[in-house]
Amino acid sequence: MEQSPLALLPELCLLGGAVVTLLAGSFLPRQRQWVARLVAVAALLVAGVSAALAFPRDAPLGGVTETVFGAFVLDTATGVTRLVVVAAVLLVIGLGVDELAGQARESETYTLLLLGGLGAIVLAATDDLLTLAVGFLLASIPVYALVGMVRSPGAAEAALKTYLLGALSGILLLLGATVLSGIAGGTAYADLATGLAAAPAAAVAVGALAVLAGLLFEAGGVPLHQWVPDATQGAGTAAAAFLTTVPKLGALVAAARLVDVLPGSLPWPLLVGLLAAATMTLGNLAALAQTDARRLLGWSTVSQVGYLLMPVAVVTSTSAATPALLVYLAGYAVTNLTAFAVLAAVPGARSLTDFRGLARQRPALAAALVISLLSLVGTPPTAVFLGKLTVFTAAWDGGLAWLVVVAAVNTVVSLFYYLRWLVEAFRPGEPAATAGWPHAAAVAGALGVLAVGLGAGLVTALVGDGTLG
Amino acid sequence: MLSSIIFLPLVAGALLAVPAVPDRVARWTWIAVTAAEVVLVGVLIARYETPADGDLAFEERARWIPSVNSSWHVGVDGLSVPLLALTAVVFSACAVYGLREDRRPRQHAALFLALQSTCMGLFAAQDLIVFFVFFDLSIVGMYAAIAGWGHGRDAGRSALQFFLYTFLGSLALLLGFIGLYLAADPHTFDIPELVAAAPLQDHPVAGGFVLAALLLGLAVKTPTIPFHTWLPPAHTDASAIGSAVLAAVLLKMGTYGFVRIAMPAMPDAWRGAAWVVLAVGIASVLYGALVALAQTDVKRMIAYTSINHMGYVVLAVGAAGLLGTGTAARELAVTGAVTQMVSHGLITGALFLLAGVLHDRTGSYAMRDYGGLARSAPVWSGLFAVAAFASLGIPAFSGFIAEFQVFAGSIGTTAWAAIALPGILITAALFLRALQLLVTGLPGGRSIGFSDVRAVEAVPVTGLLLLSLAIGVLPWLLLDLITPASAVLVDLVGR
Repeated sequence: MEQSPLALLPELCLLGGAVVTLLAGSFLPRQRQWVARLVAVAALLVAGVSAALAFPRDAPLGGVTETVFGAFVLDTATGVTRLVVVAAVLLVIGLGVDELAGQARESETYTLLLLGGLGAIVLAATDDLLTLAVGFLLASIPVYALVGMVRSPGAAEAALKTYLLGALSGILLLLGATVLSGIAGGTAYADLATGLAAAPAAAVAVGALAVLAGLLFEAGGVPLHQWVPDATQGAGTAAAAFLTTVPKLGALVAAARLVDVLPGSLPWPLLVGLLAAATMTLGNLAALAQTDARRLLGWSTVSQVGYLLMPVAVVTSTSAATPALLVYLAGYAVTNLTAFAVLAAVPGARSLTDFRGLARQRPALAAALVISLLSLVGTPPTAVFLGKLTVFTAAWDGGLAWLVVVAAVNTVVSLFYYLRWLVEAFRPGEPAATAGWPHAAAVAGALGVLAVGLGAGLVTALVGDGTLG
Repeated sequence: MLSSIIFLPLVAGALLAVPAVPDRVARWTWIAVTAAEVVLVGVLIARYETPADGDLAFEERARWIPSVNSSWHVGVDGLSVPLLALTAVVFSACAVYGLREDRRPRQHAALFLALQSTCMGLFAAQDLIVFFVFFDLSIVGMYAAIAGWGHGRDAGRSALQFFLYTFLGSLALLLGFIGLYLAADPHTFDIPELVAAAPLQDHPVAGGFVLAALLLGLAVKTPTIPFHTWLPPAHTDASAIGSAVLAAVLLKMGTYGFVRIAMPAMPDAWRGAAWVVLAVGIASVLYGALVALAQTDVKRMIAYTSINHMGYVVLAVGAAGLLGTGTAARELAVTGAVTQMVSHGLITGALFLLAGVLHDRTGSYAMRDYGGLARSAPVWSGLFAVAAFASLGIPAFSGFIAEFQVFAGSIGTTAWAAIALPGILITAALFLRALQLLVTGLPGGRSIGFSDVRAVEAVPVTGLLLLSLAIGVLPWLLLDLITPASAVLVDLVGR
């Protein structure tokens, strides 16, 4: 047990960075808000470097992992989440520069991005129900504000919807935490593991499902997904990119940690597997009909949560589950952000037909779109292919072969809408006005997607055989 | 050696993707690279010595994803060398034919070079994930080729149908691969290790499911009945060289998967499924021939004869799973199957290129629109007649060698295989009918003013047909490569 607060240096960097960004932004004239951006980026870079240095290289597999204050686990999962969150927020800032520069609330946006990222890390790293509740609030409140940052009727409606669902699921999560800690006699997961074994199954079910509901809201999984497409469509592009990526990183790792300690009195793999199947199927079917690119990505991200829930379902039954989850999370994050970077690079384009002429006018951007969408489908040699390969393997190994078949069929369904978008991009059409920074972010993201896919050996070595601490 | 053969076209294609390259340079670079590939594969064959049982020649291995025991593992044996050679030859023929392409020639050359890399990589892959990567990328490349350079109003739609069908197949294949991986102890994606271990040998139920997934995936790609419906529209709407590559090389990926992965790694399950495979093969042969007979569109007709010809391969690999009679017959069947893959590639590639000439001149594939082409286009008619006779299995061409071995081997194993014999007769009838409609008589309809083939069209077709003739006259050149490998394969299936 280490109590050194320095072990939390990445988190402290994000927190400090958020405060300094906010303060700096308050005193800066509107034309010089870029200083606040620099502060935020610097904070992220320092957080990233310290997270890389603190990466648990020799973490004893499945053995005792370091914790800080008894509630913050420093294992491979935390290490990977930290790195991915930091990289994701950096990409969000990169793709959002042109959109946010000179806006009234530019520095506030950066502050919210940093705080939301911090919340996601806390969610992923904690093994205590109370800290989980704190992480939930820290991860979700910035999202409400980010969605409402654009002053449009759509954004206002989306923010309200997100807030209401978030408040409801927050209450559910607190209720579940209360029930679980009440019957287990403690809030730490270690207490849950021992205390729940002999507890009545019904009470465990109510408590655990309520906590899971909160995490499903954060991740955007069925049945608490309704806010995702609205918020993705209504919010600004940078905010949409953030809310479809970063909160999931924290929520899914948190869900895996929770499912890992639940007693076997209920068939948790089956229950989570059913949730996964419902999430991917609903997300895909709803995405089929979309003509707005943002809304399409909103539904696509719901379906991706379904695949991400597959390793969560089998986390107790196979050691391959956690590495698979981490690989998929990293691959999904870089892929999804690349797709959003393409959106940000063509600010005027809303519907799929607005992308006509992209291949002719902006071949690099079109290539980034092709790579990101094919990656979302799961075509090799891209990042999500590696994710799907590991996740399918883990789910099958964990005894959910039927879920793997459902996921494969779903993948074929998803082809319809991703290809529809690609076909539009390759049709002749009017030249689209593009923005500079997001263009660079999209190309960088596309290279990242290929790097994760081709550098599969490195990525899987990083996540190792890590089990949850 | 092998890695450079695989990646040379990809690297060249990536360089061509740079917008500053002039079209003329792109066209000739494409030809130069495919010619270099032919030379490289020629050197490979010259230096190839049949490896010891179960070993590989020109093996290369590098770390890739060690945590799941997947590596960059390539190597060749008698089953893959003929297909590598076929790929190199067909793509260089297409490069020459592609000199006439005036729609975005630079991107066109880059795309086909990339596609060539995926085909080379697939036939050399000795790791399931490497195999799958190339399998999927070939689908993406072919989709772009049909959607971007196909003709006809429905090219986009046909491309989408092609993609959806074959992608579904590839996912089934992936499920099968994961099943094999999980069954092996220790878990591995390495094909030689899986073949040596035959992991699902004593698990009939799990083995049945995994083999079903593999069969589904490969059957879609081959294609066999009832998964063939994507093929005719894809061929009709693809460009001439798109069709040629699709039929000559991409269809072989399915049947190659049978002999490389499904049969040796799951002998027990394969023997169990052999009657089903045999029946599907017979059905494909007869159905493909009958439907081809009913076509009025010459390109669709050739597409359906592909189903018929690939049916012979399926028939033979099915027969190879029937134990009980001597191994000699089963070895003959497997050898015939691999020979048929090569033969079909050469002949059908030539036929599709010739059909492309029709569309290029008049925009129509309807056989009734023509007539008397022998007068207005004697060289075209001569080449088409030779290709048609080669395709219907006349002696002296590769098709005869292949079909003779397929039937001798299969009927030697089970008399039921003889049901497929009428397929040859129907194929003969339909090609003769096509010749009669297109070539004979007085010039009429669109034949009037039809200009004969140019050199860039005649040279690749002639090259392909000469190779088919060479195999037909000197079959031992090819059979010496294949026979040892099919003996090993039959041994493995008999385990």
